[in-house]
Amino acid sequence: MPDTGAPRVLRKEDHRFLTGRGHYTDDLNRPGQLYAAFVRAENAHAKLNAVNVEAARKAPGVVAVFTGKDMEADGVGSLPCGWVVTDKNGSPHKAPPHWPLARDKVRYVGDHIAVVIAESIMQARDAAELVEVDVEALDANANPAKALEGAPAVHDDAADNLCYDWELGDKAAVDEAFAKAHHVSKMELKNNRLIPNAIEPRAAIGEYDPGTDEYTLYSTSQNPHLLRLILCAFVLNLPEHKVRIVAPDVGGGFGSKIFCYAEETVCTWAAKKVGRPIKWTAGRDESFSSDAHGRDHVTHAELAMDQDGKFLALKVDTIANLGAYLSSFATAVPTYLYGTLLAGQYKTPAVHCNVKGVFTNTAPVDAYRGAGRPEATYVIERLVERAARDMKMDPAEIRRRNFIQPNEFPYQTPVALTYDSGQYELALDEALKMIDYQGFPQRRQESERKGKLRGIGFSAYIEACGIAPSKVVGSLGAGVGLWESGQVRFNATGSISVFTGSHSHGQGHETTFAQVVAERFGVPVENVDVVHGDTGRIAMGMGTYGSRSLAVGGSAIVRACDKIVEKGKKIAAHMLEASVDDIEFDAGTFRVAGTDKQKSIGEIAFAAYVPHDYPEDVEPGLDETAFYDPANFTYPSGVHIAEVEIDPDTGETKIVDWVAVDDFGKVVNPMIVEGQVHGGIAQGVGQALLEECVYDEMGQLVTGSYQDYCMPRADDLPSFRVAMTETPCPHNPLGAKGCGEAGAIAAPAALMNAVTDALGTDEIAMPATREKVWRVAQARLTPAAAE
Amino acid sequence: MPSVTMTVNGQEVSRDVEPRTLLVEFLREHLHLTGTHVGCDTSQCGACVVHVDGASVKACSILAMQAEGGQITTIEGLATNGDLHPMQAAFKEHHGLQCGFCTPGMVMSAVDLLKHDPNPDEDTIRHWLEGNICRCTGYHNIVKAIQHAAKEMRG
Ligand code: FES
Ligand code: FES
Repeated sequence: MPDTGAPRVLRKEDHRFLTGRGHYTDDLNRPGQLYAAFVRAENAHAKLNAVNVEAARKAPGVVAVFTGKDMEADGVGSLPCGWVVTDKNGSPHKAPPHWPLARDKVRYVGDHIAVVIAESIMQARDAAELVEVDVEALDANANPAKALEGAPAVHDDAADNLCYDWELGDKAAVDEAFAKAHHVSKMELKNNRLIPNAIEPRAAIGEYDPGTDEYTLYSTSQNPHLLRLILCAFVLNLPEHKVRIVAPDVGGGFGSKIFCYAEETVCTWAAKKVGRPIKWTAGRDESFSSDAHGRDHVTHAELAMDQDGKFLALKVDTIANLGAYLSSFATAVPTYLYGTLLAGQYKTPAVHCNVKGVFTNTAPVDAYRGAGRPEATYVIERLVERAARDMKMDPAEIRRRNFIQPNEFPYQTPVALTYDSGQYELALDEALKMIDYQGFPQRRQESERKGKLRGIGFSAYIEACGIAPSKVVGSLGAGVGLWESGQVRFNATGSISVFTGSHSHGQGHETTFAQVVAERFGVPVENVDVVHGDTGRIAMGMGTYGSRSLAVGGSAIVRACDKIVEKGKKIAAHMLEASVDDIEFDAGTFRVAGTDKQKSIGEIAFAAYVPHDYPEDVEPGLDETAFYDPANFTYPSGVHIAEVEIDPDTGETKIVDWVAVDDFGKVVNPMIVEGQVHGGIAQGVGQALLEECVYDEMGQLVTGSYQDYCMPRADDLPSFRVAMTETPCPHNPLGAKGCGEAGAIAAPAALMNAVTDALGTDEIAMPATREKVWRVAQARLTPAAAE
Repeated sequence: MPSVTMTVNGQEVSRDVEPRTLLVEFLREHLHLTGTHVGCDTSQCGACVVHVDGASVKACSILAMQAEGGQITTIEGLATNGDLHPMQAAFKEHHGLQCGFCTPGMVMSAVDLLKHDPNPDEDTIRHWLEGNICRCTGYHNIVKAIQHAAKEMRG
């Protein structure tokens, strides 16, 4: 951990959360509010013959019942996908309509059929039971691996279930390298489907004011401005200035709260129709069935090497499950956030990747913590470990041999990205030291003496954060810009309000961003308040995802601070009767260079609002806004090492040690950053050992509650040992790279490499549950026992 | 509608409720004590933990009427005269919360643990928290916070 010399800064937001005074969406109630309950599909695939709502309409307390036909009559649009991926045949991906309430067919269990709006939530739910849905069940296509093999078509306009067939990289170069390889290591890998499970369920309150024709939507969103843009421009066809979206305290997102969902769309639209606010809060069962899910890849990968274990080429073929409809950014996740990362930390000269995005009768799949990058890291790092085993090389050594070196940055990979900076070997060395790699063989022997199997596993990951610049992502199919805005306002009395388009739902921006500003102006952190999550208060924004908030949102704030200083210099020059060029600014004070004539920034702020002694050519006020569009992605990296001990009699995998050495560039608040790493690792451990979303052949969701979907609990996890190296990002003013997803990216490969090392076989897929581990361990020890 | 009476955070309250009203709904909807959260519908996440007669209870797992005559403490009632309870202070000091949604339940559950075991080791803490799910923190700092609170409270 770099010693910043700064004292620990505790979080400003904690007091309200710890005393029960947070304001999450479901805590809010609007005058005259009604409640919505959704009627959802019980079939994974069925034709909607009729939806009879008469009985529900007559039920006590019911104010209205709407179906897809009502929305169709009002011209409500389809929920759009914001990134158009181009197929290798040159045509755009297939994007069949995704109606907020189904019109002709339902396509996954949990799909939306009707909404019942009533005086109380109980009345709404009771009446929802009375809606009669007449369906003609159709065969389901629920297995992505078979979706392209003549499975029932989810959409008529994608009869083969193919959304796109996408490729990246130089196939000829890869084929040539494979032809002359000394050895080729191969793997079949499944990246298990996950359900994000933020502990706060999604919720929405839609409201309409007929006097001003304005809508307000309270929503559990990670990106209120982006949600407003999508809702207004594509779905509800409303003028953007007439819609306010408030995303108050939000209880975790992990990607699942980026997207524009049916329920919030319906609440907003219906609020005008019934003339009263409408609230909806998901039950956990609805979170399971209708939040966008994550991952779900089936991959075949091959790595070609020379006799020294140098990587010559990598080829990767993946089927990515996109679910029944394209969620907001679904298409970009297994392509531009996956294929582009497949060089990892290595100098593999040729990489080719082919991804087939497929439709199935399952919930939409979109970004979940890491989004594409955990999938890429899993492929590379499992395969590299396999290569080390095949080549009888030390897994640390084979990585070392292939790392991009610090003097080779900026580094152009064969898969489009240009890495900004990194010191990969430094992190590896540190991690080896921390885990006492030398001592591992002895620890393994000790475990063996106790009848246990011990394994160690590595994961050296690369991440791409703060996806940008807008011009480049636009050329790759993104429908939006990926800048961020920041506004810094000195109030007349010297306190500071910062308005950011980033959104905090656990990341602690109210503290970190306040630190950034406080440090620049030499004021206490307490004097700075950060405002986020309200399109009515923040001018513009793009929200929080892809670990972009500090690198992009923080940089916008820094730029706004710079403008404040520039203006402050003019005011100070006038007050101090000096030339602007002679004014220096440092730690909150404007000074005439080489003199003791000075003004504090507080005095300047006061003068700006009480401009009695003030330069003529300067506007009053001290309030500046900046938009920041990064020059490149940022590239955090790191090495995680997991050590496990398996009990072959019970199948229990005990994580006996975990070291993480991450490089996030410059760090503002190490306490918060460590917390992000812990949380990410926990989600990665969940993926590797416990969690799996399962649909059966009929498309029924088997894991639809906490009884069936295994969330990591406190006693499934160890404490982690976390350290950092610091290689600043060279192209943003904070030198920051981003830290939110690293743990989830690194962890699954590290843990599975450790488990397979202990078991002595790669023949086990995630999640390596107790049962699976037990079977493999038994088969290995006594080949007949597990039959 | 039947009436229910209990003492919540030191104040006696009576309300008419539908018999099927859960304690957590009673607290949130009738008393507007929204610090107690709802994270699931199968009594597994622990976001709703409160104290009933001094013991931690998942407020989604009992009816309001079952708490008739009971002494209820919610997260809003844990601090005294504006001073954070040592458990709340330790969560802040050791970054035991991120989004804050699981936090009230975690804190209430942890306070109850220390009543049973004033000096729990890491395994005991982790085992006790089995009924509280946190998606943000990986539990690392929650465990640390509880250890420090325990030390603090033992004096
Ligand atoms: S709300 Fe989840 S346990 Fe009570
Ligand atoms: S802090 Fe977010 S769920 Fe625990």
